[in-house]
Parts: sequence; C-alpha cells; structure tokens
Amino acid sequence: MDAAIPEHLTRTRRGEPVTLLEAISEALFEEMTRDDSVFLMGEDIGAYGGAFKVTKGFLDHFGERRVIDTPIAEGGFTGAAAGAAHMGLRPVVEIQFMDFISPAYDVITNYIATSLYRGAGPLPLVIRGPVGGGNRGGPFHSQNVEMAFFHTPGLKIVYPSTAYDAKGLLKAAIRDDNPVIFEEHKGLYRAPALREVLPDEDYVVPLGKARTVREGRDLTIVTYGSMVHSSVEAADTLDAEDGVSVEIIDLRTLLPLDEDAVVESVKRTGKLLVVHEDTRTGGIAGEIAMRVNERAFEWLDGPILRVTAIDSPVPYSGPLEDYFLPQVEDIVTASRYLARY
Amino acid sequence: MSEALAAGLDRGQLHELYRYMCLAREAEERLEILQKQGHVKGGLYRSLGQEGGAVGAAYALRRRDDGTGDFLAQTIRATGALFLFGGTPVDYFRQYLARATSPTRGREANVHWFDFGKGFIGPVSPLGTMVEIMAGITLSFRLRGEDRVGMVFGGDGASSTGAWHEGLNFAAVQGCPMIMMVEANQWAFSTPTRKNTRAESFVDKAPGYGIFGESVDGTDVLGVYEVVNRAVARARAGAGTQLVELQYFRRKGHAQHDPHDYVDPDLIREWEKKDPIDTYRARLLSEDWAQESELDAILAGTRAEIEAAAEEAVGEPLPEGLSALGGVYTDIATPVPWTRGASPDPRAG
Repeated sequence: MDAAIPEHLTRTRRGEPVTLLEAISEALFEEMTRDDSVFLMGEDIGAYGGAFKVTKGFLDHFGERRVIDTPIAEGGFTGAAAGAAHMGLRPVVEIQFMDFISPAYDVITNYIATSLYRGAGPLPLVIRGPVGGGNRGGPFHSQNVEMAFFHTPGLKIVYPSTAYDAKGLLKAAIRDDNPVIFEEHKGLYRAPALREVLPDEDYVVPLGKARTVREGRDLTIVTYGSMVHSSVEAADTLDAEDGVSVEIIDLRTLLPLDEDAVVESVKRTGKLLVVHEDTRTGGIAGEIAMRVNERAFEWLDGPILRVTAIDSPVPYSGPLEDYFLPQVEDIVTASRYLARY
Repeated sequence: MSEALAAGLDRGQLHELYRYMCLAREAEERLEILQKQGHVKGGLYRSLGQEGGAVGAAYALRRRDDGTGDFLAQTIRATGALFLFGGTPVDYFRQYLARATSPTRGREANVHWFDFGKGFIGPVSPLGTMVEIMAGITLSFRLRGEDRVGMVFGGDGASSTGAWHEGLNFAAVQGCPMIMMVEANQWAFSTPTRKNTRAESFVDKAPGYGIFGESVDGTDVLGVYEVVNRAVARARAGAGTQLVELQYFRRKGHAQHDPHDYVDPDLIREWEKKDPIDTYRARLLSEDWAQESELDAILAGTRAEIEAAAEEAVGEPLPEGLSALGGVYTDIATPVPWTRGASPDPRAG
C-alpha cells in the first residue's frame, strides 16, 4: 500500500491531459485508495494489467488480495463478486471484452439484479469493460451489450463519452449501492481528441443525469458513447451547410434513463433523432421514442427517427464494419430529412 | 460440556440432532395439510429422507446471530439446516403461505430467504449460481483473514450446470473456505443421476478441482456430522475448498405436483427402511443415549411448535398489491402505473 503511485496515474496531479482510458484508471486507483473495501477481479488484470492496460501497475501497488486474476469464467467470478458484495466488499469486475459478459447473464439478471427485491440486501458492485466497434474486432470483440441488460429492473447501465464523465461516472458507480454495468467504448479509450485536463480533486458525475452537449433550436439528437462525437461532427456540418441548429443530449446513464432531459429538449425543438451505435431492433431508440410519445406527443413536429447499426453481427473487414456502423453522413442525412419535415 | 458419547457430541447435542430432523419432517408434513387446505399456492418441496444429511452437515458449522458465524446456503431439501441456523418455523410457513409478514414480505417463496446476522442465504432457483455466490462469500472470509467457512448445498442436477463448475473452480483456485455439499439424492426433477453425469460418484469430481472430497451415507446423521466436521476443520485451518457427497434418495417427487411415477415403488420402499429419523431414533435407544420418553417428549415438543407456527402464519394477511412496488433500487422509486393514478394521465411519466 505504501508503494509509490505509478507515474502514469499521476497525470491529473501534474496538470496534464488524460485519455478516457487513463481517466478510468485514475478513477479505479483513487477509489481503491479511498476505500479499502474496493477490490478488482478479472482476467489478466494483475501482472499483465488488463487487456487494455486499465489496471497497469495496480497489482504492485495494491497487492494480490485487491487485484485478483481469475479463471476464464465470467459467470463464476461475477457471481463471486456478488457474494463478496453481500459481505460488505465493493468489487469492481472487469470483463475483458464485454462480448464475453454473456456467461454471466444468468447471475447478473437472476441473482444480482433481484437481490435487493428478494430481501437479500443491496449488492454494490460494478461490472465494467470495453465495448463497441470500429476497431476491426469482428463479431466477438465489438458488441455493445446495453440492451441485453436494459430490460432488467435492478441494474444501472452507464456509458460515458468523455474522459471527465468516465472518471466521475465510474467513481459514482463504485460508490453506488446498486449493481452497475459500466461500458467503455474502446474506440474512445485512447482517442487523442478526447484527451483533457481533469480537475485535480475528487469529483463524481451523478448517475441518471444526461448532459446537454450543445444547445440548438431545430432538432434534438439524443445519443451516447461514441455516437456523441459523430453527432457533434454532423451538427457542425448541418450548422455550416444548412443553417440547421442541433441540440445534442448525451445520456451518459442509460438505466435509469434521464427521461426529463429528453422530454424537455424535445419540447423546445419539436423534433427528435436518436442515434446509437448499437443495433437497430430492440435498441434504446425504441424506448426513448415511446417515452416521448407518452409525454410530449403534442410538441412533436415530425416523426421520431433513428440512426443505428444494422441488424447483424459485427463484421470484421473494414468496408463491412464501416457499412455496419452508423456514420456521420447517416446522421446528417437523417437530420436534414427531419429539419425539412 | 458434558461427556462426549459419539462423534464428540454429548447427550444434549445428540438429542438436538434428533429434534431438528423431527422439526423439518413435522414442518413439511404440516405444509402438505396446509396445501390441501388451499393455503399454499406455489410449489411444495419435501426433504423426506434427506433430513439427516441437512442437519448433520449444518451442525458442524459455527452458528451465531450477530453476523460473525459461518455461512449456509440452504436448499429446499435442507429444511433442517435452515432451522438449525435460526430460520424459524413460523417464518418458514409465512414464506410458503406468501404472507405480508414473511421475511421477504411475500416477494419470494419457500426457503428462498435470508438472514445475514444468522448467516443463512436463500437460493435462487438456478441452484448452481449459489456455488458462485458462496465462493465470493468465503473469498471475503479469506481476504479478511477470518476463520469462518461457508457451506453451499446443491443436488445432482445443479452439479451439471456451468455455474456449479465455475463457482467451485473459482473457490478451489482462490483457496476459499467453502464446503460444497452435493445432495446426491439420485434425481434432478425426473432425471436420474446417470443422465446427469458419467462419473461413478460426485466425489470423483473433487480431484479434478484439486480439492479433497469425501462421500457419506446421507441417511446417517451422525456419520454426516463426523465427515462434514472434518471437512469444516480442514477449511477453517486454511486447507481450502472441500466437497462432501451425501448419498441418499429423494423419496418424494421433485415437488408435490410431481406424481413421482417414474420411480420404482419397490425402490422407494427399500429407502423407507433407511429413514434417517427412524434409524437414528433406534440407535439413540440401543446405544442408551436417550430414553424413549425423552425422544417422545422431543417429538411432541416439535409437533406443538409446528402447530403453533402454522396457526400463526395462517392467521396473518397476504400483502397489499401495492407493496409490489419499490425495493428494486436503493435510491429509485418504482413508479405507479399511470392507469392506476388518481387522475390517469400518461404525461405524468
């Protein structure tokens, strides 16, 4: 515990900008330092430092009681995390690629999410890991998993788009008494454009609160994760080429959904486009459209539209994956259609 | 403590084993009546013939009521272990009868309930999951350097699941002080053991995990206690995860709704001769560890206790429907459906 803080985790302290990945490492490191009951479990997180090096240097600093390399058994160690959480510990589990969370689906949905309701007490634990496409990862290293869990009451789901939010949301998730699934887009992990100087002080970003990325008059884009940045790019184009003013809402937390933020924005602009990298059918756009329909039908001046990935597994080859994923041009096209409506 | 008569247990302790087996048997038989009277709406599960395994095993654990003792993850076939750990018959009936007063306020059924002070944790129906959970509970004991152990029950069927394997392997690798109790009652619902595993015995699985396993006649409460007591001592001393197989027979269907007609009646009759309560009572008397009058008094006491508990639970109300709301998150309320509001309006959110 007295080992020096690894240098790569002192950037914020030194006033240097950090990537989204470094922000996540800092959040974990600071929470483990702040609270002895926080510990980590996952595959290859110890000596190797995790597949993406999120926990590089943690084993040396915190020791193997708090940085536990596990067998390749997502169900087993996620379940064990729940057992440890019952006993007052606050485990943070890393799923090496979130595509591999499926073996833990049983324990997450049947056990963890129901624990409080069944009278077995709260289960403060975080299940975090990389998601998302664009990295030529193919079908099993590219998926977004939010909607596999969105339908399960008792879980919270977080999906940050910036370094600031990633750090503050992860700290909030670790301090939350409910189980949280925390998705980290691997395309954002080391994106140079996302490097930013973070406050050199303890801060959290509360779960369940969306962020207005930019204000606008003509239509609202509701989005999260990597698509926040694609939407901003599209909005710049629309502003420059069409004089269309776009408001962008970054959900940040998907469950609970910040319905008020969405509804209030739609009441101002009258039009809604939902953009997500996740596939189309059963994507969060459907739920958002329904909520707006219920609460702001009279304010709508056009159909609620969506831009999403196509309904297929994630393909490997570059041209295929680019076709699969929603692109900036898709957002521009949809926005123009909606603006003219 | 007075003189040890058998397995390191004194006369009072030997009687206590008898009492808890009777308590489980009487409670379940009372439940059958309550079900016929229409009081039990959900499934009803019996541990007939398995009482000795449950009571003998749990008796080897350290029982406390302040959250510092050993932990138990019970099953529907381990009613006696639940009672030993301080689960009361009246709560047991309240759970089955789905009463507002039940430990889960009617949200969960039968033995699916919890008391972290007393140290028992109810199952979820995919039972293999409980091995993962107990692996984590006992991991916390190891990480904190506590000399506590955890015991998880699961049957032939649970042992076929991935969760059972992943949980047991995790516990073994981490050296968790966990006792894996395999309730080898020869049936997983209607599926016989030979269709669940190619292994001759569940103990044969232990070496595959690098852990020690032992098999014992699950109808012999004293034998079970002796074997499990050794396993608990090893785990408590830092020898890591242990496996104990209880060999016995499920003499009833999976639940009361299961006619059990896939089982040869002669086989059931054979196992009736090995009834754990009858055989133990005979031994208590033949070894002169108890007088007939003492055992009769114990049995009468359990019957009175069960009768009073059943009457108390029957007289209590079902929960209000509205109490289905809430308790999903620690900090987020569950909204009332808009159609049930005072002045229905979907725009209220």
